[in-house]
Amino acid sequence: MTIQEALFNYCLRLGDNSLILSQRLSEWTSHGPFLEEDLALTNIALDMLGQSKSLLDYAGKVEGAGRMEDDLAYFRTEREFYNTLLVEQPNGDYAKTIVRQFLMDAFDLYFYQELTKSKDATLAAIAAKSVKEITYHLRHSSSWVERFGDGTEESHERVQNGLNELWRYTGELFEMNEVDALLIKEGIAVDLTTIQPKWEKTVREVIARSTLKLPEQSFMQSGSRKAVHTEHLGFILAEMQHLARMHPNAKW
Amino acid sequence: MENTNFEVVFEDKLQRNEMIEPKDWMPDNYRKHLIRQISQHAHSEIIGMLPEGNWISRAPSLRAKMVLLAKVQDEGGHGLYLYTAAETLGISRDELLDALHTGKAKYSSIFNYPTLTWADIGAVGWLVDGAAIMNQVMLQRTSYGPYSRAMIRICKEESFHQRQGYEIMCHLAFGTPAQKQMAQDALNRWWWPTLMMFGPTDDKSPNSANAVKWKIKRESNDQLRQRFVNQTISQTEYLGLTIPDKDLKWNEERQAYDFGTPDWTEFENVIKGNGPCNKERITARVKAHTEGAWVREAAQAFADKRKESAVAA
Repeated sequence: MTIQEALFNYCLRLGDNSLILSQRLSEWTSHGPFLEEDLALTNIALDMLGQSKSLLDYAGKVEGAGRMEDDLAYFRTEREFYNTLLVEQPNGDYAKTIVRQFLMDAFDLYFYQELTKSKDATLAAIAAKSVKEITYHLRHSSSWVERFGDGTEESHERVQNGLNELWRYTGELFEMNEVDALLIKEGIAVDLTTIQPKWEKTVREVIARSTLKLPEQSFMQSGSRKAVHTEHLGFILAEMQHLARMHPNAKW
Repeated sequence: MENTNFEVVFEDKLQRNEMIEPKDWMPDNYRKHLIRQISQHAHSEIIGMLPEGNWISRAPSLRAKMVLLAKVQDEGGHGLYLYTAAETLGISRDELLDALHTGKAKYSSIFNYPTLTWADIGAVGWLVDGAAIMNQVMLQRTSYGPYSRAMIRICKEESFHQRQGYEIMCHLAFGTPAQKQMAQDALNRWWWPTLMMFGPTDDKSPNSANAVKWKIKRESNDQLRQRFVNQTISQTEYLGLTIPDKDLKWNEERQAYDFGTPDWTEFENVIKGNGPCNKERITARVKAHTEGAWVREAAQAFADKRKESAVAA
């Protein structure tokens, strides 16, 4: 694997995370639990879509095969997407959506803070912009975890269920492979072992503050680094890509 | 103040084109009319998010997706300012939402039509927002202060929405034959419902007289409709599309386009609840509200607990 190939894959991994999570979040648009929250979630979806546009645009440039952001978003298959399994999980109730967001926001914040130091100037610049947005996202999602945890009996139960269901997808966030190894050596990628303790600390603190329990040690699911996904991704892509694929020569 | 007759003061203000503000005295009917109109407007923004939101997940490019998401979010923001403006008249958001959910309050009938293809997102932005802007530009000068100020802010964003819609139509009309056909089909379906958005003809519009007298509304339904038609023709010609009206022609004498009569029976039907999506729209709103109840309760319970512990400390 060349550095260029590794960097291409790395950009896809990050861009796909933002794209698929944005796609999931925007399912809530106009269906939120109340208007202010509808707006907040849509705003986060917009930020993530913006991140993914920048990352996929850069991925296309790194690849150097003439593919643009839309080619990458709309004309890759299920087995060519590298987003983490967590972000493709269905929204469920609002508590599950919030837990998914919280687990990802906490990861993204520490990840992108580190990525601002990348020797790749484009990635560092995208990271700097993203950190500002994610700081707000994490404040939003963690405050809702807390409200639900220490709100009513029902909200407590719902948020705990969400946490229990999604916990098995968190191990994968920190998996590294050849791509990471190559790019860490070049000072481009983030060493995920440095992120994990920070992520765990934040998650433990918020969970404790919210009177919730950390799920019992469970088996951690894995696969996205090899583009092996849960069954949900195929449906997300079918919906997202169908119009573009129906008119492959069209401009929109 | 020497003049203690509130009604005279109110009329004087209207005559001088001064704004009526929340704490000013106002006739009951003026207040009721405004609550009805502003809340109807707010509900239209919120219901309008549904047909447009329908295409967010399927938008055919990342840019198109981003613009549409931003647009639908703007509509939500407009709903929020307008609910707040209505609240200054002494009604709560819960009461307003309840009226929407139980069918007591109306919203713009246009949103009871379905968005079937991506071109519909273009047509909604271009035609529906274009028609709404006609009304909204006028309402910037409406006599009630909070409504007027909300409209000034809303108009800025709405003109961006119309451009967004027209941009989609341009891509389609100048695109592949299939895209162009999609654009024409959307125009065919949205043209007449859009003309109906201005409401019944002036001789049949029950609420118009008071609205004009109180300077809530400053132009009549027919005047606004005519202006919309005049402005839209050249935009359609540029796209190379055809307006589905065989009676449409330039009238040299009036310096305006003559045009056909919308199907007012259809209009009545949609208002009565028989449009293609009336049921779906309200069901979706009620579902979101009902399923969100535990979220709102949790937020309240959490806030109450924090207040108690602050008092205890």
